[in-house]
Amino acid sequence: MSAAIASATTAAEPFARILGVGKSFGEPRGRFQTIALQAVEYDIAQGELVALLGPSGCGKTTLLNIIAGLTTASVGHVEIRGRRVTGPAEDVGFVFQTPNLMPWRTVLANVMFPMEILGRAGPAAKARARDLLAMVGLSAFVDQRPMALSGGMKQRVALCRALIHEPSMLLMDEPFGALDELTRMEMHDLLLDIRRMSATTVVFVTHSISEAVYLADDILVFSARPGRITQRIRVTLPYPRSAATRYSAAFTQLERQAGTALGVVHPDA
Amino acid sequence: MLLPATGLFLLLACWQIGVRVLGISPAILPPPLLVARSVQDNAALLAVEGWVTLRESLYGFLLAFIVGVPIAVGIVSSRLLDRMFYPLLIATQSLPKVALAPIVLIWLGTGMESKVAIAALVAFFPIVVDTAAGLRGTSAELLELARVNRATQFQTFRKVRFPAALPFILAGSKVAVTLAVIGAVIGEFVGSDDGLGNLLLVANAQLNTAMAFAALTALAVLGMVLYAAVAGIEMLLRPWLGEVRHG
Repeated sequence: MSAAIASATTAAEPFARILGVGKSFGEPRGRFQTIALQAVEYDIAQGELVALLGPSGCGKTTLLNIIAGLTTASVGHVEIRGRRVTGPAEDVGFVFQTPNLMPWRTVLANVMFPMEILGRAGPAAKARARDLLAMVGLSAFVDQRPMALSGGMKQRVALCRALIHEPSMLLMDEPFGALDELTRMEMHDLLLDIRRMSATTVVFVTHSISEAVYLADDILVFSARPGRITQRIRVTLPYPRSAATRYSAAFTQLERQAGTALGVVHPDA
Repeated sequence: MLLPATGLFLLLACWQIGVRVLGISPAILPPPLLVARSVQDNAALLAVEGWVTLRESLYGFLLAFIVGVPIAVGIVSSRLLDRMFYPLLIATQSLPKVALAPIVLIWLGTGMESKVAIAALVAFFPIVVDTAAGLRGTSAELLELARVNRATQFQTFRKVRFPAALPFILAGSKVAVTLAVIGAVIGEFVGSDDGLGNLLLVANAQLNTAMAFAALTALAVLGMVLYAAVAGIEMLLRPWLGEVRHG
């Protein structure tokens, strides 16, 4: 008992485990083989937000896809709640780089898509979809088509769609990368709100240092070619995080640490 | 709407004046006013014959649609079917359908069936090609969304691929429906005793050029009506068709 209280991250059973995962493209041991990911080992705790931070081409999206069951690992495997991932799992929500909405569906129908696939698109699901849309401030747009929405609004719809079936894990692939900075900061606070309300575990791919520091409990810094975790940074910034957090000394210190790990900040600078 | 109407009016005015000034015989080129009178005088006949051609074209188009869309689905869903039949399908396009018309007539007779078949034959290709292109062009990300939500092949088709392809299917249909009219008229030329194509041949034989032009006018109206019908369906779906076009 006391061990559990002392530290949530060292709790007996991690939520998900990444076990020696590697991924290579091309013929095994062939001349043109590219190693995208090498020996990634990490335990994700229940309710944690892990940011995968690295330059483009470092395999962080590949790792996310392996966790999602969209791609198979060349070596090693991923376990979620002790079960080996062999394909997309039911209780996972996925947010793409683009909103990826269906232009022919209304906002509500887009959010309902996963429930339709699960065969649970009843009135209760619809009510939940409306609640989610209200939470992200889109009540007035429920019956609109995506084309009437701004980029930030579309990505909020995509977030609702990923949450509609109450997944225990949310996988996000640079979800706010295409948004302008102000909208992105709003989305950050929205995501933090969602996490406060539900104990969803989140894996978040980004190449933005400040985004990773602001959102994450743990940052895994990746190097490119082959993609490897070069550093793990524990983010101890207190919750709730807000605009003030972004200007705190601790925040800047963490940004510097991540920047150094990425090789973009010189240690002596 | 106003500018094309003005353009048409100017064209007809030049035609009317040109024929008069150059003294061209109405048997060779009847002036528009004479054609208009012929349309008026033969309105009932044009309506009856037009109704025949309209039905031939429409049935031919629908047949092409009902056969063409599943074939496109088959080609897109199966690599084997694709590699076996798609090249053949393209190759058949080099064959002029007009040349098939006499053979179709031998098979199906001079009744409506042969006209419907020829119309379908002509309308078939754009429907298959555009539907296949639309189904293939479904965004990879939307397919990934279906996959991550564990949609079955059938669910993916019904909820993602088909709606995504709909604008293409409609674009193909717009082309196909006008081609169907051409197909029906070809069939009527080769052998029939009714329809606007037949009326055109009869009028020609009698050197009743005004009547031939009246039949042509009716054909043009018929083609436009069918085109407008498909375009109307497209308009109903406009809210999202617009965005698809812009990517």
